[in-house]
Amino acid sequence: MNSTRVVITGLGAVSPLGLTVGDMWDGLCTGRCGISKITAFDPAGFSCKLAGQVPDYKIQQYVPKSYRKAVKLMSRDIELAVMAANEALTNSGLITKGIDPEKANVDPERIAINLGAGLISCDVIEMAPAVAASVADGKFDIRKWGKEGLELVTPLWLLKYLPNMLACHIGIIHDIEGPSNTITCAEVSGHIAIAEAAEIIARGNSDIALAGGAESKVSPVLIMRQCLIKRATSRHNDDGEGACRPFDAGASGSVFGDGGGIIVLENVDNAARRGAKIYAEMVGSGQSASINPAYEHIEPDGQGITIAIEKALAQANISPKDIDLIIPHGVGIPQDDIAEAKGIEAAMGLETKRIPVWPTKSMLSNTGAACGGLDVIAAVCAMRDGLIPAAKNCTKKAAGCNLNIVKETIKADIRYALCCGYTYGGQTAVVILRKFEN
Amino acid sequence: MAHDEKNERVVITGMGIVCPLGHDVETMWQAVLAGKSGAAKTTIFDASTFPTTFSSEVKDYDFTKFTRNSNLHKDGNRGSKFAIGAAAQACRQAGIDVETDKPADGIDRKRMGIYLGAGEGAANHEAFFGAIAAGWDKQANQMDWKKWADVAAVKMKAMHELEQEANMPAAHIAMLTGARGPSRSCLTACAASTQAVGEAMMMIRRGDADIMIAGGAHSMIHPLGITGFNRLTALSTRNDSPETASRPFSASRDGFVIGEGAAIVILESLRSAKKRKMKILAEVIGYGSSSDAFRVTDMHEDGRGAIQAIVWALADAGINSGDVDYINTHGTSTAENDSIETKAIKAVFKDKAKNIPASSVKSTLGHLIGAAGASELITCILAIRDNIVPPTMNLNDPDPQLDLDYVPNKPRKMQVDVAMKESFGFGGQNNVVIIRRFREN
Repeated sequence: MNSTRVVITGLGAVSPLGLTVGDMWDGLCTGRCGISKITAFDPAGFSCKLAGQVPDYKIQQYVPKSYRKAVKLMSRDIELAVMAANEALTNSGLITKGIDPEKANVDPERIAINLGAGLISCDVIEMAPAVAASVADGKFDIRKWGKEGLELVTPLWLLKYLPNMLACHIGIIHDIEGPSNTITCAEVSGHIAIAEAAEIIARGNSDIALAGGAESKVSPVLIMRQCLIKRATSRHNDDGEGACRPFDAGASGSVFGDGGGIIVLENVDNAARRGAKIYAEMVGSGQSASINPAYEHIEPDGQGITIAIEKALAQANISPKDIDLIIPHGVGIPQDDIAEAKGIEAAMGLETKRIPVWPTKSMLSNTGAACGGLDVIAAVCAMRDGLIPAAKNCTKKAAGCNLNIVKETIKADIRYALCCGYTYGGQTAVVILRKFEN
Repeated sequence: MAHDEKNERVVITGMGIVCPLGHDVETMWQAVLAGKSGAAKTTIFDASTFPTTFSSEVKDYDFTKFTRNSNLHKDGNRGSKFAIGAAAQACRQAGIDVETDKPADGIDRKRMGIYLGAGEGAANHEAFFGAIAAGWDKQANQMDWKKWADVAAVKMKAMHELEQEANMPAAHIAMLTGARGPSRSCLTACAASTQAVGEAMMMIRRGDADIMIAGGAHSMIHPLGITGFNRLTALSTRNDSPETASRPFSASRDGFVIGEGAAIVILESLRSAKKRKMKILAEVIGYGSSSDAFRVTDMHEDGRGAIQAIVWALADAGINSGDVDYINTHGTSTAENDSIETKAIKAVFKDKAKNIPASSVKSTLGHLIGAAGASELITCILAIRDNIVPPTMNLNDPDPQLDLDYVPNKPRKMQVDVAMKESFGFGGQNNVVIIRRFREN
């Protein structure tokens, strides 16, 4: 990754397993499942009634007093991002304006933010009175909407739903004036955002970057969308624990959820100068695309994934022999899981049988733009503690999957970990981390 | 940095556009130079009772003219279909074979990527509003989700839902071109496609790709989009005169005119372009990205972030402010943008500011939101090619506070070697790209 080394110095995770990195890692290690019946709305009319929901929180606790008025402009996606960013920065030891305005020690122009975000779904309840006021003869009337309904929509409504608002609110809270980007590549957004943030530091445009993503998929519109595209399981509505089954013969679809996974990336010299704790080094990333006429799924041979892995390995200057852990995208949709398994196998060759593969979505659910950040954080924790927790719900491997899915928790000295992501539409991305060595 | 021996130089070898002023580059350019407006009464949906009843729509567009596999793209959202046309044109100019398993253009597909600033596909409004109306219990002031879901499950269609995702235009370009290199989509509001071009340039510069299909695709001319912008009072409401409504830098400006479309440029390493003996349209020499970190509702009052992005882009290009011949402004025709953008230009260019022509093609094209930056960048390429600066139209009552040379009302013949594209987005997103007439050294 050019000549500048980029390291990870802070972690922040909000997930269905809890509000902190500690909660998430503890849950993953004990095989806890964050998936349960949807409580955000009554899911009776949905073919999938399950989701991974973040436990209750009070957003005010994560926002400095001077900015509390702005929380009314925050959709859930924005809140999750603000919370994860807060933990990541606190964890890194950096003092931004938002952490302590008196002691702030970060140059605002030398810190960047690069987040993955979903297209934030419109809050149906918020919209309902305006829609109700626009009904004529029992039907929605667009002319009535333009005249009467529209006036009932709160003036700043749009600003809650622009995907770049995650990065903008965090940028205002913590005074981040460097490069800012928002990647909107659905479920692979977080992986790409982390890769791009590392590139921004490597090319010298910033010393520090907040990177990752956040998304709330637990909205009626988005859950209905995944049900209609037939990506959500409809078979396990009474069994949240067993619902999401990546690479398992009994897999029947994914389960969606909400979360935020954000890390602090830093130029290694900057981190060393301030004596920061260094979790891991970003040593490579690779990107490609799946090309499939049925673009709600990736191509059956996973070629786009193979290419991304090969590019990332080349950039890290290592071979499959060096990889000690793979966290795959592993969504629990049979044909996508098999395609991903084939794509990984084609890149890893004979090493496929050896390399432990640990899917996390059976516990974390599919959190869209958040999953890249959450998976990278899980990989860092595994590296730090020298263990890979058991995969959940993969009791009998699906035919065609030759990956070495971790059955029991294993102790492992992890030097290189690889996180793989892809999305409907086809974008693929791979990030490789290395245990930090001076 | 641009002059670092290790880095690849990045040039432009193709361009394509589908926009309110035409479905190809030359038609658009002639219309821009003639000062034509794309704005008229909105026809995509019935906006007759909205505060703003007009927009700058892409008219009479048939995406099937640009693809042999129209069935593959039939479900594409408006942005996706615009993107197919713009990408097909750009690829043709750059000699990139499309829709073939056996390309003969000598380009390694793994070294050809995509970077778009792209927005959402429109919701299926009948389903969206219909389900809410069906489920909402007015008396109880609550939603009956079962009723909502029963209607939504029938009215919402799987492919239409999929096509609302912002990464879909890039997906269609991948299918069209077979590009297997890095593929990204970003959405930083109105600055998105300038950012996409800038980041794509960086990918080639550092060697991650030889060719990037970069640009933007977006349509927000849909009921929720117009509702959102109308509620923000960001849109012009000059309903009696759509074609003069976009009047950047004039005293009577009252908001932007929303447009739609797609614009694609082919970025290529100079090495690759030479190997393929391509005609070089311009060189991309600088990029700067910053954030205001001020307010989600307003730009920083002194243009802090805008200034920073311009300064960084100049530094990245390794040129002085005096080397810029033409500034293609963000120039939205809102009170706030035009005044703060003027301040920012003055802060950077100081006493030279008034001597640099700074025009806004949003006065003709309208504001293409996610696709704005890339479509306007194409006018910069053409300004260099033809040595002519496009005008700011409808500038008949200059704002006394705004005193730069906005090239009012007619184009200007002049030597243009270096052009700067500025884009600023809601939330304080600032992106600037600088291009230069190609020369060997």
